[in-house]
Amino acid sequence: MAIANNPAAMDLTPIWLTLKLAAITTALLLVIGLPIAWWLSKGRSIIKVVLEALITMPLVLPPSVLGFYLLLAFSPRHGLGSWLQHVFNVQFVFSFQGLVLASVIYSMPFMMGPIKSALQQLPASLSQASCSLGKSKWQTFTHVLVPNIRPSLLTAIVLTFAHTLGEFGVVLMIGGNIPGVTRVASIAVYDSVEQMDYSTANAYSLILFAITFVLVISVFIFNKYRLKSPLE
Amino acid sequence: MISVDIEKKLKAYEGVRTLKMTADFPAGSITHIYGPSGAGKSTLLKIIAGFIQPEKGKIIVDGTTWLDTSSKINFPPQKRMAGFVFQDYALFPNMSVQQHLEYATKDKAWIERLLAIGKLGTLSTHKPEHLSGGQQQRLAILRALAIKPKLLLMDEPFSALDTEMKSGLIGDLKSIFNDYATTVLIVSHNRNELEGLTGRELKIGDSN
Repeated sequence: MAIANNPAAMDLTPIWLTLKLAAITTALLLVIGLPIAWWLSKGRSIIKVVLEALITMPLVLPPSVLGFYLLLAFSPRHGLGSWLQHVFNVQFVFSFQGLVLASVIYSMPFMMGPIKSALQQLPASLSQASCSLGKSKWQTFTHVLVPNIRPSLLTAIVLTFAHTLGEFGVVLMIGGNIPGVTRVASIAVYDSVEQMDYSTANAYSLILFAITFVLVISVFIFNKYRLKSPLE
Repeated sequence: MISVDIEKKLKAYEGVRTLKMTADFPAGSITHIYGPSGAGKSTLLKIIAGFIQPEKGKIIVDGTTWLDTSSKINFPPQKRMAGFVFQDYALFPNMSVQQHLEYATKDKAWIERLLAIGKLGTLSTHKPEHLSGGQQQRLAILRALAIKPKLLLMDEPFSALDTEMKSGLIGDLKSIFNDYATTVLIVSHNRNELEGLTGRELKIGDSN
């Protein structure tokens, strides 16, 4: 292919699309994940156990299985997908918003895990001290709890972002391979290999590798080596 | 007047034991609470503050019912606003000395006075990790006082202070307690360290 022999002319759209998807997913998960992780960190109940199990499922489930069920659920031919299209004119299948939805579900454990674990490790007396000063639970959360889990929060953000960069199975199932819309970098790599265009595949792979490595190592340095490795 | 009548099951190494206590604390009084380890002294303070709920009981403060398990009344800690000095200090690692006090009160003059009492004025920009144990303990006391509580609950509040610092601080605290008619409950293992501060004593653990 021409692209393969001329890196300057390489189509960078999949890279930008991937970065956009990772940024939106991370931002959404931060907003959704913080309060849910806070709620999950306080006590145990059967509802919390079930919800936590559901959130953890993407870690162990084959991505294609998750993608398949999302494809079925949001297909315009079926109940929910059909209803969303008719009422809100929203289509999740083979669209960028579908990629966002799938990524949010798929990357959720990477945001929740470090935040919930960090909140559970804070002494209960911190919250109690804040409440005894007349501060509401929300004030306590924003002024005392969140500032004191910053290293874990940063870990969660970077892991979520990096994990979304590398998504393949789920996004392929629900988004397909539409250039400029759902063709993210990981799919572009696969597509290039299928076409025996190893040079382009290598270029995309190197860019993904570099971005992910810089992100992860930045967090290690920012946290002064205190970051708990996901391998520990 | 603070009336406390509570019953709470405590998990202990040797099994479950019950903390039962009925007592009245006159307004403006200072009471030293003592007893063996594991008797439930800290738990009692936490029940009064609203951090822990007893199985049965009633707490009435100046005619207002804070807790009544039979009629399911249970004021949250935010509504009770009892000053609390924690045994582990429970300082906020993200806040400096000044920020701790500003988080509790907006009264600048009061903050200045508290910093002077705790001799922490020169350390106002320091975070807890850069303070000694004694300085951290003083900050924990100042933070609890910052809200000018009607009821102050102190759990081993002077354990990390040297004799000289303690006697100076106790003198200032007596003056504040007088000014604001604060009712104070102090848990301490060492009866001697509260010399000159407390007027009443309450032993916990006899009947357990």
